[in-house]
Amino acid sequence: MRVSSHRAGEPGDFAFAPETMEQAKQVIARYPEGRQASATIALLDLAQRQNGGWLPGEAIEYVANLLEIAPIRVHEVASFYSMYNSKPVGTHFIQVCHTTPCWLCGSDGITQACLDSLGIGLGETTADGLFTVVEVECLGACANAPMVQINDDYYEDLTPERMAEMIGDIKSGKPVPTGSQTGRPGSCPSGGPTTLLDPSESNGSQPVDSEGSD
Amino acid sequence: MLKDQDRVFTNLYGQDDWRLAGALRRGVWDKTKDQIALGRDGIIDLVKESELRGRGGAGFPAGIKWSFMPKKSDGRPSYLVVNADESEPGTCKDREIMRFDPHRLLEGCLVAGFAMGAGACYIYIRGEFYQEAVHLQQAIDEAYEAGLIGKNAAGSGYDYDIFVHRGAGAYICGEETALLESLEGKKGQPRLKPPFPAAVGLYGCPTTVNNVETIAVVPEILRRGVSWWTSLGRPKNTGTKIFSISGHVNQPCNVEEEMGIPLKQLIEEHCGGVRGGWDNLLAIIPGGSSVHCIAKPICDTILMDFDSLREAGTGLGTAAVIVMDKSTDIVAAIARLAHFYMHESCGQCTPCREGTGWMYRVLTRMVKGEAELGEIDTLLDVTYQVEGHTICALGDAAAWPVQGLIRNFRPELEQRIKDYKAARRAAAE
Repeated sequence: MRVSSHRAGEPGDFAFAPETMEQAKQVIARYPEGRQASATIALLDLAQRQNGGWLPGEAIEYVANLLEIAPIRVHEVASFYSMYNSKPVGTHFIQVCHTTPCWLCGSDGITQACLDSLGIGLGETTADGLFTVVEVECLGACANAPMVQINDDYYEDLTPERMAEMIGDIKSGKPVPTGSQTGRPGSCPSGGPTTLLDPSESNGSQPVDSEGSD
Repeated sequence: MLKDQDRVFTNLYGQDDWRLAGALRRGVWDKTKDQIALGRDGIIDLVKESELRGRGGAGFPAGIKWSFMPKKSDGRPSYLVVNADESEPGTCKDREIMRFDPHRLLEGCLVAGFAMGAGACYIYIRGEFYQEAVHLQQAIDEAYEAGLIGKNAAGSGYDYDIFVHRGAGAYICGEETALLESLEGKKGQPRLKPPFPAAVGLYGCPTTVNNVETIAVVPEILRRGVSWWTSLGRPKNTGTKIFSISGHVNQPCNVEEEMGIPLKQLIEEHCGGVRGGWDNLLAIIPGGSSVHCIAKPICDTILMDFDSLREAGTGLGTAAVIVMDKSTDIVAAIARLAHFYMHESCGQCTPCREGTGWMYRVLTRMVKGEAELGEIDTLLDVTYQVEGHTICALGDAAAWPVQGLIRNFRPELEQRIKDYKAARRAAAE
């Protein structure tokens, strides 16, 4: 009996491609001998990436076998963490942050802009399989609110108009810059920095000598 | 205002190269060997003297925490684990350190790890910070290449490894024992303490878990001297701090400032003021979502440090200031936070698992006023039943925002309930 809420994948066994296996080995090597279970989270992530953004039950079992740990332990991990998707998602997986700091800055409007321009409901995937929109808890870019994460990248300082425009650009294959959509560097005040104005004063306590660090 | 020459995080906005060449130019990895030559006790004594308090929320003195690590190994290795699972709503400072100044963190990992006798360090970074993890890994590769870590790290004769470990989306993994569970490849459910991690931590070995910012400032304290650090801020609240200001200010930002800066000055000098002017301020949450909100009259004069905010019945937490102007539906704002805690409760302890959902559902009704007046006290009572009755502090963190709401905005809650009732009566007639 299947114990997981993760949907079964295509018939046939899941296996890491050679290049994924290479990455998996590198990850496992970070942990002491006998502690290979520590690689569970990373290996599930690799499996999800190889599988197009979601984690089928077969992949969970595969990771358990590879790490020689009880499958239930890996199922537990797969269902506990929010970044593992239990069913297929769109090529562009849009996660709108809706926790208070983003909400104060209008995250509801960002969600609405996504849904309106794609014609889907929250948690749904477009018929062409290109987009999924979900709301998630704080993504930790609060000084650049409101923001969304699309696959691995953050898109910050959004407006509903910019969000709709971005979706249009993605559809037409036009590159969309990551980070702040107003072009401010990082989380610098939008009117320009109020600190670190004189680069010569912000080089730490001592000049670095020519011999380097030691 | 803090002078530029006193800032530690000189690449906070990524104006300069984040790679090794840029870091060396900014003075990172400068004479790291000399710091290690101070010896384990020497470093710990200086950090104690500096009164550096943990930047992750609890504000525990870092030097004292390190001194709990065993002086002599009983055969087990020791570990330093850096908590980079930055997920506290409002907080976005560690991200800037990791993507724009990763070498500053790595240097801190070496110095702090040496001081506590750790042979290896794991940096546990939240899974969503993918690009930040990429920067961190590239910085680690550069540091190995340059001999700054690895065998004979930075020419000190000490062998030291640093690894990145990515999480997969769970706020609770910011709790130190949940983080260790997660690092061992399990669900992130907190452990009972004692035993404390310094005795039984990662893989059952002595471990210290510290926040990114805490670790990253240590080399600078040692380089510039303890007296420099303690000259900033107030006693027991020393040094500099990165403040993350979000919400209803004209220019939300991260900024490094002196500990104890008045809140009003912080907002007016760096954030372009509150939207619509200072008098348009309704309330702020001063330290990430897990502390009580404070209403405007307190905001007028409050100083941003651990002890000042604690005296005001709230906390510095992660120094993430969430600003709300008078247009804010404060009940809805806190209900959102209640949803956050409901979503993030690990489910291990009944008061938290059930209480967070219960608080969210009641608050959701109260947003519309769909409640009885007596339910405000029932809600308050439930927060006290959750607070202090769970293994970790997530229960407390879920209870405090609700308590802060009732403490500061009870008339608002009552008015909504009365208005809702009146509207219902009018509709029935």
